[in-house]
Amino acid sequence: MRHLIDPLDFSHEEICSLLDLADRISADPKAYCQVAEHKKLATLFYEPSTRTRLSFEAAMLNLGGHVLGFPSENVSSASKGESVADTIRVISCYADIVAMRHPKEGAPLRASRYSRVPVINAGDGGHQHPTQTLTDLMTIRRRKGRLDKLTIGLCGDLKFGRTVHSLIKTMARCKDIRFVLISPEELRVPDYIIKDVLEANQIPYLETRSLEESMPQLDILYMTRVQKERFFNEEDYIRLKNSYILTRDKMALAKPDMAVLHPLPRVNEIALDVDEDPRAAYFEQVQNGVYVRMALIMTLLGLEEPRAAKEGN
Amino acid sequence: MLNIDEIQNGIVIDHIAAGTAIGLMDLLGIKDNRTASVALIQNARSSKAASGRKDIIKVEGDASWLNLDVLAYLDPNITVTIIQDGKPVHKEKPQPPKKLVNIVRCRNPRCISSIEEECDQIFEMSSNGKYRCIYCEQEMQVKRG
Repeated sequence: MRHLIDPLDFSHEEICSLLDLADRISADPKAYCQVAEHKKLATLFYEPSTRTRLSFEAAMLNLGGHVLGFPSENVSSASKGESVADTIRVISCYADIVAMRHPKEGAPLRASRYSRVPVINAGDGGHQHPTQTLTDLMTIRRRKGRLDKLTIGLCGDLKFGRTVHSLIKTMARCKDIRFVLISPEELRVPDYIIKDVLEANQIPYLETRSLEESMPQLDILYMTRVQKERFFNEEDYIRLKNSYILTRDKMALAKPDMAVLHPLPRVNEIALDVDEDPRAAYFEQVQNGVYVRMALIMTLLGLEEPRAAKEGN
Repeated sequence: MLNIDEIQNGIVIDHIAAGTAIGLMDLLGIKDNRTASVALIQNARSSKAASGRKDIIKVEGDASWLNLDVLAYLDPNITVTIIQDGKPVHKEKPQPPKKLVNIVRCRNPRCISSIEEECDQIFEMSSNGKYRCIYCEQEMQVKRG
């Protein structure tokens, strides 16, 4: 039985196959509307989420399956002190697959060790968010036509930004990738990503404070929100929250075919007028997220692709 | 030099960086020892150590309860000598294990292991030789002195 806990749980080839399936689904979503009939997805969200939870639920419903679960810790047995290990042993009796979000890092890994059904990490604290990464990869591949030979700028909260950590880990396996890491000193990429991922794989990277200076060299700009919920001290949050704001003026410095990604939700780090720029790809990401989660559910449950869809592509 | 009686049967943990043996006692499990005779020698003269000083721990009798896994990670210069009938019969530099279980707690307050009951504290060696928590990937931090 396979889980998706860490973005590296899937090989690069497996990820490409999954993205191929997501592309086929996006070309003909109706062909897939019955592939998960009689299957149930449990969404265990110990932390509030709008898009990831609804994206998972939409994905399962699009496949003809059913969903159950809880949207926050307050309405689950966790509020009574139940452990993650116990919760997952119980949920394994109710559902065929689980998507878990938890504020504590490593909770989905802990769950996977006790689960009898596949567990998907839907975000664990500031650690990893592998399905967002699949979404990002699908968007990058569709925009740029490739996953290699790219200069990727990551901007904002690179310390607690789990989507950033997962994306770096995964893109580090692609050829000729260069990272530009743009953040305030306090929100730099964690040491384990620098040492174990970038330096261990001899991947070129630049740490900088300047978004403007970085813009002209980027093929992808990945903006992130400074997340209030990750700070123990609100004073630090207030000081750092407006560190980077992407505006139309800054977009004028970028390549004409650069793509701007953002895992959303945004607060003010991308000005609203940037939405009209054809390089803004963040709402496209949301749609891709549903397709890629459909592909992931099918893959982990070992569901057959409908013959009509296969033949049509 | 201060003289401590030679032990007849047991082990000698030698070449410990001066000033760090007290922190090591916890990790070795000596803190909970109620039976074995243990000697701690601090700041003994050393011709090998750059500082000219070292710490030594001697344990008389059965030493199988000692948790020696963590030694190599803490200090690659440490040696462990097994003594039988008053003579050294085996001397080695401990090799760092790939995994450490329930030796050190993860200090990341955001880690699931900080709140989950009955959750083993597991650290695995990463590609750069550092131990990282398997849950949150934070590097292991230990009290060395």
